[in-house]
Amino acid sequence: MSNNINMSVEIAGVRLKNPVLAASGTFGFGREYSEYFDLSLLGGISVKGLTLKPRKGNPPPRIAETPSGILNSVGLQNPGVHYFIENEIPFLRKYDTAIIANASGNTVEEYEQMVEILSDADIDAIELNLSCPNVKEGCMSFGSTAEGIVNVVKRVKKYAKKPLIVKLTPNVTDIVEIAKAAEDSGADALSLINTLLGMAIDAKTRKPILKNITGGLSGPAIKPVALRMVYQVAQNVKIPVIGMGGISNGTDAVEFLLAGASAVMVGTAGLVNPYAWIETVKGIEEYMKETNISDVKELIGGLII
Amino acid sequence: MNLIERVRKAERLSSDIYLIRIESERISSSASAGQFVNIKCPGPEVYLRRPISICSIDRSEKTIDIVFQVRGKGTRLLSDIKAGDTLDILGPLGRGFTICPEHKNILVAGGGIGIFPLLQVLKDHPAERKTALLGFRNKSAVVMEDEFNKYSTDLKIATDDGSYGIQGFVTALLQNAISEDRPDMVYICGPAIMMEQCVKLLKEKDIPCEVSMEQRMGCGMGACLVCACKTRSGSDWDYSHVCKDGPVFSGDRIIFESE
Repeated sequence: MSNNINMSVEIAGVRLKNPVLAASGTFGFGREYSEYFDLSLLGGISVKGLTLKPRKGNPPPRIAETPSGILNSVGLQNPGVHYFIENEIPFLRKYDTAIIANASGNTVEEYEQMVEILSDADIDAIELNLSCPNVKEGCMSFGSTAEGIVNVVKRVKKYAKKPLIVKLTPNVTDIVEIAKAAEDSGADALSLINTLLGMAIDAKTRKPILKNITGGLSGPAIKPVALRMVYQVAQNVKIPVIGMGGISNGTDAVEFLLAGASAVMVGTAGLVNPYAWIETVKGIEEYMKETNISDVKELIGGLII
Repeated sequence: MNLIERVRKAERLSSDIYLIRIESERISSSASAGQFVNIKCPGPEVYLRRPISICSIDRSEKTIDIVFQVRGKGTRLLSDIKAGDTLDILGPLGRGFTICPEHKNILVAGGGIGIFPLLQVLKDHPAERKTALLGFRNKSAVVMEDEFNKYSTDLKIATDDGSYGIQGFVTALLQNAISEDRPDMVYICGPAIMMEQCVKLLKEKDIPCEVSMEQRMGCGMGACLVCACKTRSGSDWDYSHVCKDGPVFSGDRIIFESE
């Protein structure tokens, strides 16, 4: 299939065999989906959001179905960064795919420690989660202002020995200002968008469906917003952008590449279709064949205005 | 993996309960009692799959039966399925009921739509004595009585309003049953409050039990972590996940909401 087609891209010095990655929080540490397809078919995997210590996460219900999407309020349930390093990296390294460690903290000090610890681990890049909307401290509270971004990114950069990808929240007034702040503070790449803060109510019971009351909206419903933000950011930064938000197939992925993304992440679609990731890879290849494009990099920023 | 399977039979069992028989060698050959399937509803109207427990497995005919209540858009779409249609199905998923061949005397206790995953326990279990206690809202809600009668040695039905069987809850049936005779193992599925009370009754008598839990689900295979369920973990507690760690848990592991 990919005989005369070059699918590889590079993000901050990390070579990806193709531009499709699994988005953090939808793919665990890959074990579940490895029963459905060969993880080596993916460009990379951004693992479930990690914290210094194990986190229990938020009380259920943690999911609500919405038109063409879902709201979630998992709240970073994870076994902690040390467990990840000991137990999950050896499993993931059996596959030929880039490992991106998604890292969160309650305080700037915790972000520093996370980056320091992960810099010595056998991973390819760190994705700094400054955008989870479901926790009280850290994350989106740091990532929703330019000052907050500058403060965290500048401080963790000193400890970073791996490429630093900063994951941005869309819950801001000016995404370009936030993206530039991250770039100026030393981010090697950006990933966007995290989920949009939302809410669902059951009119029958008059109660919020999520126990956490609010949650993060993802899925096809947010694709136009994500596409717009990726486009605006890519126009205004020099570092590579990883686009995500509602990508379900190759055509969606191509749209993000055209908007300026150098790679894409697929997440929520995989909850419905466990083959969404590899179908997206195949879909991009098919698009390239049909349009006579031999190198996927030709698509990046190829939007015709 | 091909996820598309053909529907052999679709039947309405009561005003809002439907049975779908699905031809699937993949699922029927590996499924066990208490596991579930995650089904894509036809059309673009609903986004997520719908997790539905397996009611019955016919390994020689290579079919499984799912039985569900119409509760929302997704189950309404599934209720329109006809014989000959195809469905996109993931499964079998999750951890089912534990069947210990040494147990000679078992009991299943089901409430409402919780009765369905218990049928296959009765079908698969080699025990000599198999008691089935089923609770329903009223007479018109009683379904699958013949099937439960066929695979149990003793069937008792209770309805909330007394319009059929004994008046009262399935917990009252359980209290009576265990005061007369001590089962080796009890399998429970129903509303959370009913399961909690059953577990409490059985704990007093030190009778082991398993419960099948329910929670709003995402991927159905343990990756997205949304279907959390509070469980004991040593002296502490943790959130387990209904789709992968369950849906069946040992009764003593669950921390029910009122605790």
